[in-house]
Amino acid sequence: MAVVGPGSDGARPDPDALLRAATQEGRGRLKIFLGAAPGVGKTYEMLSEGAARRRDGVDVVVGVVETHGRRETDALTRGLEIVPRRDVVYEGRTLHEMDVDAILARAPRLVLVDELAHTNAPGSRHPKRYGDVEELLAAGIDVYSTVNIQHVESLNDVVASFTRVRVRETVPDSVLESAEIEVVDIPPDELIERLKAGKVYLPQEATRALSHFFSKSNLSALRELALRRAAQAVDARMLDDVRALGLGGTWAGSDRIVVAINELPGADVLVRAAKRVADGLRRPWTAVFIETPRAAHFTDAQHGRVAAAMTLATQLGGAVASVPAQNVVEGVQSFLADARATQLVLGKSARSRWFELRHGSVVDRLIRDTPDVTVHVLPMPVSDRREQRVRRRPARWGTPAGYAATTAMVAGVTAIASALFHILDLGNVALLYLLPVMAAASLFGLRTGLYAGIASSLAYNFFFLPPVGTLTISNPENLVSVVVLLGIAVATSQLTARVRAQADLAAASARTNATLAGFLRQIAAVNDLDGAARMICDDVRRLLGVQVVLLGAKAGADLEILAASDPAYRLDAMDNAAASWAFDTGNPAGKGSGTLAASEWLFQPVKAGDRVLGVLGVASEAGGDPVRADQLSLLSSLVDQSALVLERLRLQAEMRDVDAVLTRDRLRAALLSSVSHDLRTPLTAVIAAAAQLHGGATPELIATIEGEAARLNRFVANLLDMARVEAGALRLNMEATDLSDAVAAAAHDARRALEGHAVRLDVPPNLPLVRADPQLLHHCLLNLFDNAGRYGDPGSDIVIEGRHRPGELRLAVLDRGPGLPPGREAEVFETFRRLEGSDRAVGGTGLGLAIVKAFAEAMGMTVEAANRADATGAAFTLVFPAALIVRDPSIESVS
Amino acid sequence: MSAKILVVDDDAAIRRLLRNTLVQAGYAVVEAADGKGALRQYAAEHPDGVLLDLGLPDRDGLGLVPLLRKDGDAVVLVVSARDAVDEKVAALDLGADDFVTKPFDTDELLARLRVALRHKGGGGTAPKLVQRGDLRIDLDRRTVFRGNEELHLTRKEHDVLAMLARHVGRVVTHDRILAACWGGEEARIEYLRIVIRNLRQKLEHPGPVGSVIANELGVGYRLRPDA
Repeated sequence: MAVVGPGSDGARPDPDALLRAATQEGRGRLKIFLGAAPGVGKTYEMLSEGAARRRDGVDVVVGVVETHGRRETDALTRGLEIVPRRDVVYEGRTLHEMDVDAILARAPRLVLVDELAHTNAPGSRHPKRYGDVEELLAAGIDVYSTVNIQHVESLNDVVASFTRVRVRETVPDSVLESAEIEVVDIPPDELIERLKAGKVYLPQEATRALSHFFSKSNLSALRELALRRAAQAVDARMLDDVRALGLGGTWAGSDRIVVAINELPGADVLVRAAKRVADGLRRPWTAVFIETPRAAHFTDAQHGRVAAAMTLATQLGGAVASVPAQNVVEGVQSFLADARATQLVLGKSARSRWFELRHGSVVDRLIRDTPDVTVHVLPMPVSDRREQRVRRRPARWGTPAGYAATTAMVAGVTAIASALFHILDLGNVALLYLLPVMAAASLFGLRTGLYAGIASSLAYNFFFLPPVGTLTISNPENLVSVVVLLGIAVATSQLTARVRAQADLAAASARTNATLAGFLRQIAAVNDLDGAARMICDDVRRLLGVQVVLLGAKAGADLEILAASDPAYRLDAMDNAAASWAFDTGNPAGKGSGTLAASEWLFQPVKAGDRVLGVLGVASEAGGDPVRADQLSLLSSLVDQSALVLERLRLQAEMRDVDAVLTRDRLRAALLSSVSHDLRTPLTAVIAAAAQLHGGATPELIATIEGEAARLNRFVANLLDMARVEAGALRLNMEATDLSDAVAAAAHDARRALEGHAVRLDVPPNLPLVRADPQLLHHCLLNLFDNAGRYGDPGSDIVIEGRHRPGELRLAVLDRGPGLPPGREAEVFETFRRLEGSDRAVGGTGLGLAIVKAFAEAMGMTVEAANRADATGAAFTLVFPAALIVRDPSIESVS
Repeated sequence: MSAKILVVDDDAAIRRLLRNTLVQAGYAVVEAADGKGALRQYAAEHPDGVLLDLGLPDRDGLGLVPLLRKDGDAVVLVVSARDAVDEKVAALDLGADDFVTKPFDTDELLARLRVALRHKGGGGTAPKLVQRGDLRIDLDRRTVFRGNEELHLTRKEHDVLAMLARHVGRVVTHDRILAACWGGEEARIEYLRIVIRNLRQKLEHPGPVGSVIANELGVGYRLRPDA
């Protein structure tokens, strides 16, 4: 029987859930004491539990607690260490804020932080206290905190709808979802009692509004909300566990809730509603904005509302998308199909009746045309009429030039028709008038087209319809022609306008795609980080019209600017803090994000997988929001592409590093074996021979010592040369050199290596001089002679041959021996390379030819290795290019 | 009376080797391990020659050369590393008589020392006739004979050969030859190379290149003394 492993039973662990579980490890845990209303005793409960933990030996400190002078609560704080708060002076007032850094430095196991929804003093690191708490959690510190139900972001509207009190301080639902929640619950009656007894602290200015808030019905409703929210959190975590374990279940991954947001006030309400629906169904959700051609004419306020709704959706844990489409209905439908959404949340806009008559009701059509989707329709606040009017395009009225051209066309047609009237009948004349109408409607739009229709029908009527010369319509047939002309004008202009709008949209989309493709193509060819960074900055700036800066950490150093669209740009301390935050945490920071929003820049982490490779900062050139809502998707694809590029470069660099290390290791191993062999062998011989000298010197012993010592000297010289080459410490001293002289000197110095060979110098005395460093050239020749002496067959001849060819001068060293393995000739110049078959027996160091190549190339020469034409041995050639050949001095100078 | 040689080297093994070599060759030897000791011994012992290693522990050996020159008339041979061409030229310019390269051949060292001492013994007056093997160079008459055959040299060839012959056995730097033989004209090393090549054609042929005029790489030329 087959054993079915846990991974093969069809249930797969949800990677997201696993990821969430993984991020939990090493993080602190958050416990939230959730209350239905102020006064239920959250702080008291939190402190009691903190005190209990302390008695258990846990290291507990108080980060911030508002006791509001209540005695029981005060008493509880007494046994606990309190981290002093930080004083922040803002507009003349001193505010006491939680000192996050002090707590981080104190590093307790558990910290108690009251009022999670609190808004920090402006200029703080995080605008909201939950940001501070997030940092504490990230540092591995457990946190207890308190929240009232009306501060929960997604319930904000619901609570406001029945209490008529709207709180501005909200906590994102994502914070609650990762927390353990304990509901602090007392019955409404009891709470009212406590309120009456003055046991509940309320801010002075809010007392009147709050008296309504604390009605029994409100409190009951709030209590229910709190309990339900807590139950939901428990549910969500259980579901997470189930998914992480891959226990199966019937959830369909692609089901999602979609909320269509628009530019009207109240878009945020839609987003929160969608979040509630999604939470209830435990489904992912997406806020989608349909980018119709109208979006191009939005006011800043309208753009701002869309952007705000998108941001809110992100904060509430939803995905966002921006879909270009001809109209809202088509866009929503195609997106629903793509996302396989099952539920749609829509706002019923209070547009004018006239608007709906012309454009049709979006809501009605969506409900009618998307039968598979449940549609939730929410009322939207009445929109601002004035704003609607501002939006109108003045261009709709056409241009004076358009009217003039139209008039001319009508006049022209009239003239032509008059001239041809004797061969045309009335019907044909009417057809002729279609021409200016259609031309005007298609070229200049509806109104000009209508004008053309009226002008044409008037001209037709006046000049051609009997009675000619008057504007009367004698029979209904003629009325038809007028109506037809006008109708054609309307139809043509509508059709043309639609085609043009679609073309505009397609062109814009094609432009975006083309730029993206161009960006990809260009950047694929870039192989250095600086070039890629510059290109990313330039392209993002070109595509989005914003200031761009790309930061990265080169070679593990601090975050620094790799490139910027304006090289003169410098980041101030706040910007740097935001950039570092984005880099360190992998979350966006700066303007428009939840962290360090005081920076002018929005910093997006450039991530490949979990690794943050850099930070892309964008800032508006005009000082507004960095990126418009309709550009968010483009920005994120650019960031993604940039991440791919940076990741590719990083991998390439890593490969190069690995290669370099491997090469170095290989060299080191070769060096060690070479040194141990080539130093020890002659040393052994010298020591042995020297020892025998005690018994009397013989010519053989002396020759051995001399020969082996010379070999050692040669080897050490080569090691030193190689070290100089590798340290880049070659100093060239190029001077005119006589090759016959240089060859003779080298042959003299290498006479020991050449012993046993007949050396023939074939260097014609009339060769031109060459420019070379005499020392380096000498070492090249010594090594070449040494090599020839070693590999040439004993007793064979060695020829040194200089030839002047057009454009070059070649100096070859030819030996007779085994030659080089065919096809691998060039390999002999590699460091420590000794080709097989001719190795150990001859005891070369493998350094000589590498030095020849390095020195020759340093002097501007090339080296060649080949077998002799008659295959009787090897030929090594130094090639001096024309630039190194010295022109002969004039005879007078030397005679 | 045997000549007295001061050996300056910080390495005891090298000093011992040189002492043995020099004593065997009939010289008296005094030693110093550093620059300070060298100057003290020089003042006290009045040596005829100094073998000066340039790599000293307490000071740059090059700096000693002019001091030795100033305070006496000993010949100075510097001992330097193989590739220190600039150092050799500098030492010669500062007044050193010759150099040997480490690791050196003791025979060659003794030959150089002998040539330098002999030259000093000549009392500074240049010889009129230089005999080298079958080569006879008459500096006054500007004639060169090999055996009984007169060699016809151009003016420049004769200038250069005369310059080398006046310092036979010792290296003469490129710059000195160029200054002496080309003077105010545009002096270029190419000219010297060509002249030397032509001289070799006339003096060495058919023997091996370098048998009469030795090329000291990057430094200068030397007319080999009689073997």
